[in-house]
Amino acid sequence: MTTETAAAAGEEAALAEVRALVGVPQYEEEGEFPVERGYIWSSCASVENGNPLYWDDEVATRITDGPIAPPSMLSVWFRPHHWAPGRTTQALPLQIHFDLKARLGLPEAVMTDNTIVFHEPVRPGDVLRTRQVLRSVSDVKTTKLGVGRFWVIDVEYENQRRELVGVESYTGFGYRRVGGGSAGAAGDGAPGGAA
Amino acid sequence: MTAIVPTLAVADLAVGDRLPDLRYDVTATTVVLGALASRDWRPMHHDKDFAVERNGTRDIFLNTPNQAAWFERYITDWTGPYGRLGRVTFRMRGSVFPGDTMVLSGTVDAVETDDVGCGWVSLSIALSVDGDVKTTCTARVAVPVDADDNPWTRRGEGWRP
Repeated sequence: MTTETAAAAGEEAALAEVRALVGVPQYEEEGEFPVERGYIWSSCASVENGNPLYWDDEVATRITDGPIAPPSMLSVWFRPHHWAPGRTTQALPLQIHFDLKARLGLPEAVMTDNTIVFHEPVRPGDVLRTRQVLRSVSDVKTTKLGVGRFWVIDVEYENQRRELVGVESYTGFGYRRVGGGSAGAAGDGAPGGAA
Repeated sequence: MTAIVPTLAVADLAVGDRLPDLRYDVTATTVVLGALASRDWRPMHHDKDFAVERNGTRDIFLNTPNQAAWFERYITDWTGPYGRLGRVTFRMRGSVFPGDTMVLSGTVDAVETDDVGCGWVSLSIALSVDGDVKTTCTARVAVPVDADDNPWTRRGEGWRP
């Protein structure tokens, strides 16, 4: 077996391994802290969002049966603390994304699309649970960034009553650069971690 | 009782309607505040040296979750508090840096009432800098069908985002 055929066989084996995980829930975990209003106000302040739902309890009671969090904050409740006692490695959100990069030998990655579907409102005091589900891994594709594969990962969120509060779908492209080009202007990579 | 304005309803909307533009001068504080408010500790959103040397960008730049918050604010400024986000999709094309003036603009693509009586408006929104689109967003937003309707009360089969 030549070096090239051995490498190809290894790639095929890795691909089969990751495709076997399509549809399998992984990394089920609970948020590190309850949903709280301080972050809600900080988020609203950061974009000067004056929606009275978040600032006026009378309005919130009338319209949403009490205070809620802005729907767009869904992923905020799962971003790990920058540091925590006993933690020896940095916790990464969207771990499947990083697993795919490592397993498929694709050193660079960008996120191309992000869809969020909102269900039950998230409320202060909620403790959310999440799980990640790999939905698909494409065949090899060539883009202006390089040669690699697209993948779709869903992150499902539930509250402590097991009610679905939202689903995020991320489309990522893991790749190897061709000719040493730039990773792209966006550079934002994974939505919660350097890609 | 607190007055709630504006409150858009399905009857107020038509395909092709334009949302008022939102212009905002982005500063380093905008970027850092947005990153920390969304618990995004990655250095490219607060450390210019890292952003330049490791990411190859000219400065720190707005993170994705904070852009989501900007889009939400833009939408609900227009709908009022009865507007309820059902679904949003983002596509990132470029970065937004301190010193940029970002402009959010949007149009109504569709207006409908679904099978369970929920009113929906579909929007196309662009975040641009100097006319260059940096992020596109499509959104499906529930709005009241009449003065007695409140999309926030919809649950289970009554909520089809």
